[in-house]
Amino acid sequence: MNGNKGEKKKGRVVVAMSGGVDSAVAAALLVEAGYDCIGITMQLWASDLPAGNRGESGCCSLTAVEDARRVATRLGIPYYVVNFAERFEAEVIDSFVAEYLAGRTPNPCIVCNEQIKFGILWQKAADLAADYVATGHYAQVGYDSGRGRYVVQRGVDPQKDQSYTFHGLTQEQLAHVLTPVGAYQKTEIRQIAHDLGLGVAAKPDSQEICFVADNDYARFVQEYAPESRRPGPIFDLEGKRIGEHKGIAFYTVGQRKGLGVTGPAPRYVVSIDAARNALIVGPSEAVQGMRLIAHRVNWVAISDLAGPRPVTAKIRYNIAPQAAVVEPLPDGRVLTRFEAPQRAITPGQSVVWYEGDLLLGGGRIEREESGPREPANPAEASAAGLAGGGLGEAVAVRG
Amino acid sequence: MAGFWRRQGPGVNQPAIYLDHAATTPLDPAVFDTMRPFLADRFGNPSSIHAWGRECRRAVDAARDQVAAALNAASSAEIIFTSGGSEADNLALKGLAWAPGREERRNRIVVSHIEHHAVLDTATFLAEHGFDVVLSPVDGTGLVDLERLSELVTDRTLVVSVMHGNNEVGTLQEIPAVAEIAHRVGALAHTDAVQTVGQAPVDAAALGCDLLALSAHKFYGPKGAGCLYVRRGVRLAPLVHGGGQERERRAGTEHVAGIVGLARALELALARREADAIYLTTLRDRLIAGVEAQIPLARLNGHRTRRLPNNANFAFPGLTGESLLMNLDLAGIAASSGSACTSGSLEASHVLLAMGLSRDLAYSSLRLSLGRENTPDEIDRTVAVLAEIVGRLTKPGLVRPGVVGEEGRQ
Repeated sequence: MNGNKGEKKKGRVVVAMSGGVDSAVAAALLVEAGYDCIGITMQLWASDLPAGNRGESGCCSLTAVEDARRVATRLGIPYYVVNFAERFEAEVIDSFVAEYLAGRTPNPCIVCNEQIKFGILWQKAADLAADYVATGHYAQVGYDSGRGRYVVQRGVDPQKDQSYTFHGLTQEQLAHVLTPVGAYQKTEIRQIAHDLGLGVAAKPDSQEICFVADNDYARFVQEYAPESRRPGPIFDLEGKRIGEHKGIAFYTVGQRKGLGVTGPAPRYVVSIDAARNALIVGPSEAVQGMRLIAHRVNWVAISDLAGPRPVTAKIRYNIAPQAAVVEPLPDGRVLTRFEAPQRAITPGQSVVWYEGDLLLGGGRIEREESGPREPANPAEASAAGLAGGGLGEAVAVRG
Repeated sequence: MAGFWRRQGPGVNQPAIYLDHAATTPLDPAVFDTMRPFLADRFGNPSSIHAWGRECRRAVDAARDQVAAALNAASSAEIIFTSGGSEADNLALKGLAWAPGREERRNRIVVSHIEHHAVLDTATFLAEHGFDVVLSPVDGTGLVDLERLSELVTDRTLVVSVMHGNNEVGTLQEIPAVAEIAHRVGALAHTDAVQTVGQAPVDAAALGCDLLALSAHKFYGPKGAGCLYVRRGVRLAPLVHGGGQERERRAGTEHVAGIVGLARALELALARREADAIYLTTLRDRLIAGVEAQIPLARLNGHRTRRLPNNANFAFPGLTGESLLMNLDLAGIAASSGSACTSGSLEASHVLLAMGLSRDLAYSSLRLSLGRENTPDEIDRTVAVLAEIVGRLTKPGLVRPGVVGEEGRQ
């Protein structure tokens, strides 16, 4: 349908256009490849969101709409704006704030991908008789006939790889995802944008969470949920009360600033005890861990984890993958044991497991797990005889 | 790169279908011919004393006479040319509100609940500046409740504003009755006739109103040209001060081509009105019948008979007007809804809400407004396409189209 030249198209794609260069080039590449493209910008927040959040050049503001519209015009594709503000607030913003209130540190981009971009936007795309949703993510999505599964691989540009944010996508979702820019370096993408005269080639990359334009999460959470300002005790590792915090929602594991505790050495947040509305702080060495337990696990390249397996793992978006071993636990949880100590294992963040460039799966970090302090040995893990794992030991939360 | 606007529809030899005449209409080539000299060699400023100016002054005067005659106004002095219907509505309400010599105690403004935003937002603005603005309710078909209106219109009322025909659901009001209610207490009557010109008789004397707004681009004239009819004796403060044009009521060098185009379009619209009304009514009824037959879940919004000949507005419970519009657009068919999609700000139509529709039903509504150039074939194809879209969107346990098979993608 819908060809200007009446030629048969490869399928219809809704391209999520943020107004930025990556999604603009994604659209251009797909048009070039013969897909029947429709550009859509999602309006993601209501105008009554706390001020200072709608970054004027940030995602989905009016400037963004204009930029995206112009690109769509240039490419000769239909362009619409859809309003998902209610659902975005309910799925992404609410959970973002709730996680902080519960003493965890969320990554809302993960939720947005799962619920919004490849959730309701996919539904909208299907309503428009589209076969796919495309985004400007730097990841590679495709079908692996050997495995009989849709798989995700790291984008070829290691600086920009965004595959981490795809760990929660199901096979049903991945079957309808196209991410053309994942096969390119960022510099190549900018060059393509420039060559095509798309006008957004020089636009700076957005660095912040799209709905917190000034990056001040604490302020955002405070305005959104005033009940977050609940002062409580700060304890050291021995359990001694050494200060007061402003509300656990404003802190994250590994944080040093804003604790207001004096002492001979700097202190860092080691863990957050929501039940006691407390922060537990300690020296830098205490913010290190070797093991973590993940829940809400989703497998991508494999259907399930049968036994221990060597992997590389990222415990946050901005980190290189680290050597580790994963092990299934009963009830679907997964234990990750790292070869080297990891800094600031943070509940609420995602842990994503890779095999080379292939994304195996991921989950939310439920907690750091203190076990034997020897590093994991991948060679041992490969031998089937590894026993014990974390089950028989006391599972103590740090502090 | 391909141009954005496709007049070619999606299939081979399948032209696109335009069903959004309530938003705007194509410029009648005859009107364009009348306008062209004034965009070319007849470029004078009507206020200049030399021959170039005089020539255009004559043209504007002639246009004014034409419009006055067409509206059955008592005199050409009762016609003020504006940039369109919105400006005319603004001038009517604000002009009266700020008119020198307005009776202090007359500070109430009564507007119907279903007025166009050019009237509603102006009224809201005046409310913020000390005026007592009240909304007069409508019934489920969009008809103003005249009894309730009488209660709201008191001797402190300055003006009553009720639109002649509604742009969303096409409901035609009983303007003479409204005017009578206003005059009974010494208030003035304004009517926004932007949608009715060319479809229903628009006769200022017969309607009995004191102010009437119209806009050329709704009746095959150019955009950027409208007029406000103001009965002799009604004083208005200008919105635009400056060179004293339009008898000191609306400054600014006249948009000669637009004015000339408006007059010509109005003349043509009047000449064709009866025939057009019959043709459009037939087409519209064909559309309504087709939708009701092929899409049982659809519900007609508005009045069955007191309705603009070209207007059809349906609710599709369970779906959204937005989805339908986008799908229609992709199929090469232009329609609209009461909610503004282009900026992503989705508000349910205030007209439908005022008529008592639920928010969901309002969101589910679609407006199709026909024009002279539409054909029965286009109506039939539109019904078929709409039925296909509705069918696809309402399939139970929907298997998403284009599910990729085992082979994966190329």
